[in-house]
Amino acid sequence: MSDVVVVDYGAGNTRSVRAALTHLGASSEVTSDPVAIVASPFVILPGVGSARSAMAHLIETGAALALRERFDAGLSTLGICLGMQIALETSEEDGGVDGLALLRGDVRRLDHGRVPRLGWAMVEPWNDAYYFAHSYAAWSPDSFATSDGITVAVQRDAFLGVQFHPEKSGAAGLNFLERCLSLA
Amino acid sequence: MPLARLIPCLDVSHGRVVKGVSFVGLRDVGDPVELATFYSDGGADELVFLDIAATPSDTVTMTSVVAQVADVLEIPFTVGGGVRSVDDASRIIESGADRVSLNSAALADPDLITRIANLYGSQAVVVAIDAGDGVVHTHGGRVATTTSTVPWAVRAAECGAGEILLTSIRCDGHRQGFDLELTAAVRDAVRVPVIASGGAGSAQHVAEALRVADAALVASIVHENPAGLRGLRREIEDLGVALRPLKEQT
Repeated sequence: MSDVVVVDYGAGNTRSVRAALTHLGASSEVTSDPVAIVASPFVILPGVGSARSAMAHLIETGAALALRERFDAGLSTLGICLGMQIALETSEEDGGVDGLALLRGDVRRLDHGRVPRLGWAMVEPWNDAYYFAHSYAAWSPDSFATSDGITVAVQRDAFLGVQFHPEKSGAAGLNFLERCLSLA
Repeated sequence: MPLARLIPCLDVSHGRVVKGVSFVGLRDVGDPVELATFYSDGGADELVFLDIAATPSDTVTMTSVVAQVADVLEIPFTVGGGVRSVDDASRIIESGADRVSLNSAALADPDLITRIANLYGSQAVVVAIDAGDGVVHTHGGRVATTTSTVPWAVRAAECGAGEILLTSIRCDGHRQGFDLELTAAVRDAVRVPVIASGGAGSAQHVAEALRVADAALVASIVHENPAGLRGLRREIEDLGVALRPLKEQT
């Protein structure tokens, strides 16, 4: 069994997440197989595509139920960007989408500054810069890190969601992923 | 607001980096993978690969370059040149690029911007504009169109472009500084971020560009001395522009 399962939801780029894991010495596989998702010690829900198509794919493959089962069993999952957003209760994206509701709160379109919000930005209280590429952001009572006042990390039990892309955030991102792996 | 970004641009032809990368410390200055790693280690915030030949056979070569780069790079990168369809964009993004850059194909068919943005999100689509004498140019800046620069930037953003990469033909290659007026005019007209391109000859030039734009594209200034990227970043920061703090892996 691989160290990490990267959940496939049918669109975009899982290659960079796997490359970062390889760099850290962790083996990984990309799959939407619910059995593999439930059994894995650590799962990454990556961030690509749109909320509606991602949710549709997760429900259709049974991955959505598998992620809920992991959550109830206290197994670690990391959601990245869209992977965090769809773990919340609802999203404004695509005219309104129901999420996995593993995290409390909702997702709203950014309404100030340049959108999409692109580039490296400081994350507090960690005092490190990470790479962001997003037009929507989380509003959650379980926020525990912010960037320019925006919630960029949300945690509830064993699910951690981050808005930034650790796999694209250079050394800071690799250090972050390594901490996540060591805690799993 | 995110920090200002410094983005080296690598011109690629037939799978090899071309145009003036001169540095003795590199084993193979033409190898996109080695150069990408080198710039990433040196503090690039992001990279742009521009396929300047972009014939159909190059498209296949480029896809393989993208995959190799994605396997070693832990910073974002954009690929442009030869992206003419949703399939071209899919191949590049699914090989590991973060974003594609569209130029003349977007001008010919603005709906292409929308179709790619619907699939991958606006943040995955950059529209590159080569501007001169107030109008958009095609064919690497050689052919003037009748499309005005600022309205085209606005239209591209409305169609779903997540960023505008604005090159001033007048300034490009002269190393006398960016076209700040043009950059400011475009940035004032759109709500998406803007990358300034063309004219970087010194840290002062880049710092000036970063005061009116969200990012600056640099080419010869770094290619002539790739090891000087860190020094360039320090000089820009000394001029009062905040860049991301560089960090070592622990």
